[in-house]
Amino acid sequence: MAHNQRNIIDRTWDFFCSLKLTIITLLLLAITSIIGTVLQQNASPEEYIREYGQSNYELFVKLQFTDMYHSWWFVGILALFSANLICCSIKNFPRAWKFVTSPALIAGEGTLKNSVNRAEFSSKEEPQQLAQRLAGTLEKAFTKPTLTEDDGKLHLFAQKGIYSRFGAYITHLSILVIMLGAIMGTVWGYKAYVNIAEGTSTAQVWPRGSQTPMDLGFEVRCDDFTVTYYDGTQRPKDYTSDLVVIDNGQEVIKKTIEVNDPLTYKGITFYQSSYGPAGNASFKVQVKVRESGEVLNLRVVQGQNTPLPGGYAFAVTDYAPNYDRFGPAAQLRVNTPNGQQGAPFIVLQQFPQFDEKRAGIFSFTLAGYDEPPMYTGLSVAKDPGVWVVWVGCFMMVFGSCGAFFFSHRRIWICLDEQNGKTRVRVAASAHRNQPAFSMAFDEMKKDLAQTIENKA
Amino acid sequence: MTSSLFFNITTFGYFASMVMFIAYVATRSNAVAMIARVTGGAGFVANTIAIGLRWYESYQLLGVDGRAPLTNLYESVVFFAWSILLVYMLIDFKYKQPSVGAFVLPFAFISMIWAQLSLSNAIDPLVPALQSNWLTYHVITCFLGYAAFAVACGVSIMYLIKIGKEEKHADESPIGGILGVFPSTKVLDDINYKAIMIGFPLLTLGIVTGAAWANYAWGTYWSWDPKETWSLIVWFVYAAFLHARFTRGWVGRRAAWLSIIGFAATIFCYLGVNLVLSGLHSYGGA
Ligand code: HEM
Repeated sequence: MAHNQRNIIDRTWDFFCSLKLTIITLLLLAITSIIGTVLQQNASPEEYIREYGQSNYELFVKLQFTDMYHSWWFVGILALFSANLICCSIKNFPRAWKFVTSPALIAGEGTLKNSVNRAEFSSKEEPQQLAQRLAGTLEKAFTKPTLTEDDGKLHLFAQKGIYSRFGAYITHLSILVIMLGAIMGTVWGYKAYVNIAEGTSTAQVWPRGSQTPMDLGFEVRCDDFTVTYYDGTQRPKDYTSDLVVIDNGQEVIKKTIEVNDPLTYKGITFYQSSYGPAGNASFKVQVKVRESGEVLNLRVVQGQNTPLPGGYAFAVTDYAPNYDRFGPAAQLRVNTPNGQQGAPFIVLQQFPQFDEKRAGIFSFTLAGYDEPPMYTGLSVAKDPGVWVVWVGCFMMVFGSCGAFFFSHRRIWICLDEQNGKTRVRVAASAHRNQPAFSMAFDEMKKDLAQTIENKA
Repeated sequence: MTSSLFFNITTFGYFASMVMFIAYVATRSNAVAMIARVTGGAGFVANTIAIGLRWYESYQLLGVDGRAPLTNLYESVVFFAWSILLVYMLIDFKYKQPSVGAFVLPFAFISMIWAQLSLSNAIDPLVPALQSNWLTYHVITCFLGYAAFAVACGVSIMYLIKIGKEEKHADESPIGGILGVFPSTKVLDDINYKAIMIGFPLLTLGIVTGAAWANYAWGTYWSWDPKETWSLIVWFVYAAFLHARFTRGWVGRRAAWLSIIGFAATIFCYLGVNLVLSGLHSYGGA
C-alpha cells in the first residue's frame, strides 16, 4: 500500500517535471490563444448576439470565451505551465549547481578513453615538470587550470562558461518573475481614465469598468490642450496637454505631456489618450436694430437663444474658422416673438457690411469668437508590478542568450607513468555547440603537442 | 539617384540570385553558385543603399519630421527582405551550402516584388502614437527574428523533401540527382535549430520592446490585442520547438513541421492580423 502511494506521488512528480508536459502546454497555449484573436473580447452581449445568435452567445459565456485570457481554463493552463517550470527546476537545479560546488577536477577513465575530443601523447620528461609547462600552455590557449595529485597521477582541469549552465534556469525563473509582476499590477495597481477641461482641475479618476470615481490624493490641472497638424494636412502631428500637479496646495510638477511622453507623480502615470470639446464656442455679435439704428454688443454661446428687442431672439447654430476662404463665419437664426424659427443665414467676420444686404428687422455683425474649450482625455495607470516585469524581461533575454550562445567547456589532462615514460592523456567536452568546440580543441591539441615536443 | 531605383535593383538582384541558386541545384556548378551569391550580395547592398536613401529622402521631404524608414507596411516588407538576406548570408558563411539559397531567396524575392507592385511607397509623416524610438528597436528586433524563422522554414522544407526521399529509397546508397546537392538531413536539422536559436531571443526582445513601448505610450505593457497575442503564439510555438530538441521522438520530421508551422504563424502575425483581423496596430487595412 505504502509502496503504491509512493508510486503515485513519484508518477505525479515526474508528470509535472516532464518536458513532454512543457511541449504540450506550450502548444495548447498557442492554439487556445487563437480564440481570443478571432472572437472579439469583452464586447457587449448585444454585439455577440447580433453576430453569432443567442444560443452561441450562451455557449461563449459558459466557456468564458468572451474574456478568455482571464477564464478559469486559460489561467489553469498557465498555472500548469508554472507548476511544470517550478518542478523541473527543483529537480534539475541541484545537478547544475554541482558543477559549481564540486567541479570534476579529475577525469575518469571513461572520459579519457571515450570523449569525442581527446588526445594522447607520451614524453620522456618528468611528469611534474611537464604538468607545469602544460598548465602554462592551457592558461594561454584556454584558461588557468587547477592541478590535482591523486593516486600517483597528476590531473589538470580547466573550465570556461560555467554560467551558461544556468541560462535555462534564469530563463525559466524569468517567466515566473514576469507573472509575479503581472499579478502585483493586478492586485495593487489600477487603470483609470479622466477627462479634464482646459483651465480646470480634478482630484478624482474613473477606474475602468467602475461607476464610482476614486481619489488620487492630489490634484491635476490642465492649463492648455493643443492639437497641431502637419503643414497643409489634416494629419495630426501632436496632441499636448500642459499639466500641473498640485499636492497640498502646492504646485509640485509642471509638464507638457504628449503621446509617448507621460507624466508620473507618486507612482501614478498620466498618459495623453484622447481629447474633445468641453462646452461650446462663444461669439461676440453686434446687432443693429434697422428701424431705430440702435446697436447692441452681445456675447453669446453657440446653441443658446439670446433675446432681442421686441420679443425676438437669435442663436448661433454653427460656425467655421474659415468658411469658403472668406475667413471666420457664423450661422445664425432669428426666432419671431411667437417662437417661429427663421431660416439660417451666414455672417462673416471679415465682411461686416455683408449682412446689411439681407432684408430683416436686425442686421448682425460677427465681431469675434472663441473656439470651444477642449478637454484632454488622460489614461491613468498605477502599476507597482511593472518594474518586476522589466526585471523578468531582462532576465529572460540574458538567460536565453546565455543558454543558447555560450556553453560550459571543460578540459582535463591526466599525466601518469607508463613504461618509464610520461603518458599524457587529454579529454575535453562542451555541453552545447560541440562542432565549434571540436575545432577549437583541434587547435589546442596542436599547442599542447608543441609544448610536449619542445622539451622531449 | 532615388531610393526607388535602388529598390528596383534590389528586386532584380534577388530575382537573379534566386534563379541562379535554383540553377545551381539543377547543375551543381560551383560557378553558378558563385554567381548566385554575388547577385544576392549585390541585391543586399542595393537594398541597404535604398533603405539609407529613403531615410535621407524622408528628411528632404518632411524636414525635421524625417524618420527611420521602418514605419509602414512597405518599409517593413523591404526591411524584412533585407533581414532575410542578412541572416541567410550569415548562415551561408558558416555552412557554405548554396542549395539552401534556392529555398530562402524566394522569400526575399516575393517580399520585394509584392512591396514594389502592390504597396504604397509614399513617405508620410508619423501620427503621434508612432513617434517613439521604441518603434525602431521594436521593428528591428522583430524583423531580424522573423528573417531567421524564414531561413529555418526554408531549410525545414528541404529537410522534409530529403528525408521523404531518403526513407523511400533507403536501400539505394547515396542519393543522386537534385537531392544530392542538398546538405545531409543532419546538417539541415542543425541549420534549422541554429536559425531558430538566433531568431528566438530576437523575437523575445521584439516582444519586450513592444511591451515597453506600449507601456510608455498607453500605460499597459500587455493588453491581449490580436497582434500581441499572435506574437505570443509564435513565441510559444518556437519555445515548444526548442524544448522538443531535448526529447527523443521530437527531433527531425516533427521539428521540421513545428518550424514550418512557426513560420506560418509568424506570417499570420505579421500580415494576417492586419489584413484579416482587426487590432490596434498601425498599418492595418493597407
Ligand atoms: C515557456 C515556458 C517554459 C517551460 C514550461 C519550460 C520548461 C522546461 C522543462 C520542463 C525543461 C526540462 C529540463 C530537463 O528535463 O532537463 C526545460 C529545459 C530547458 N528549457 Fe525550458 N521552459 C520554458 C521556457 C523556456 C524558454 C523561454 C527557454 C529559452 C529561452 C527555455 C530554455 C530551456 C533550456 C535551454 C532547457 C534545457 C536545460 C538543460 O537541460 O540544459 N525554456 N524547460
